[in-house]
Amino acid sequence: MPVEILLVEDSPGDVRLTKEAFRDANSAIRLHVVADGVEALAFLRHEGVHARAPRPDLILLDLNLPKMDGREVLARIKTDASLKLIPTVILTTSDAEADIVKSYELQANCYLSKPVQLDAFEALVKSINDFWLTKVRLPRQG
Amino acid sequence: MKTIGRDGSAIEVLLVEDSPGDVRLTQEAFREANVAIHLHVAVDGVEAMAFLSRKGIHVRAPRPDLILLDLNLPRMDGREVLAHIKEDAGLKTIPTVILTTSDAEVDIVKSYQLQANCYLTKPVQLDAFESLVKSINDFWLEKLRLAQSG
Repeated sequence: MPVEILLVEDSPGDVRLTKEAFRDANSAIRLHVVADGVEALAFLRHEGVHARAPRPDLILLDLNLPKMDGREVLARIKTDASLKLIPTVILTTSDAEADIVKSYELQANCYLSKPVQLDAFEALVKSINDFWLTKVRLPRQG
Repeated sequence: MKTIGRDGSAIEVLLVEDSPGDVRLTQEAFREANVAIHLHVAVDGVEAMAFLSRKGIHVRAPRPDLILLDLNLPRMDGREVLAHIKEDAGLKTIPTVILTTSDAEVDIVKSYQLQANCYLTKPVQLDAFESLVKSINDFWLEKLRLAQSG
């Protein structure tokens, strides 16, 4: 059974690296990519071109995004009775304490800093796969 | 900013677990995985809340960096402990991992509704249990950025 992941990321370079790292880690993953916060919510609510979008098993969310900021996307996910069940992992270049605390306050499931080094980034994606997609029990539905 | 496990400072983990056998196995598995962990144990939900609120004998308890919470506990159930943690402005930023023998869908959904950070099922096999504790250490204590204060 495929695993549906929604990646919310505006940097084309980071999108490509994440795709490649997941492809190496787990061939069952279907990675859906949206480039801003407004499109992320449209995907999650099956609106417009996303009418047939699957419900993601896991969301990877950048904080600094065009149109609607990742903090606001997170707040909307975690105040929605159905969407709040989807584990939402913050994946960002920021390692500011204010961003970390704010994300946990908004009930991010966890907070990861993107490493600059390519091999460290690949190792991080592999550990997301190992932990969240093989060890953790995810809810089947919302 | 706390760089967990890399600067030599101890990581405080609160394990809320009533089974002495599981407590011992968890202690041993963490000892092998990461020497810098201080594992604190509360054996029921009331004691867990006393530890987190620094009441009674827990007046000098540290703030945990991570909570491992069983669901089925004496006196106060793990679901209620989780609800208290995630409704408290100071405590809600502490990542709380459900670690339980239950793999009932209703428990999984309820835990995510109450904003558990993740849900793990305890394997019955000893080597699988040790491997799970190792992966908790690898992911939550080495990869993650935890909030320093709530």
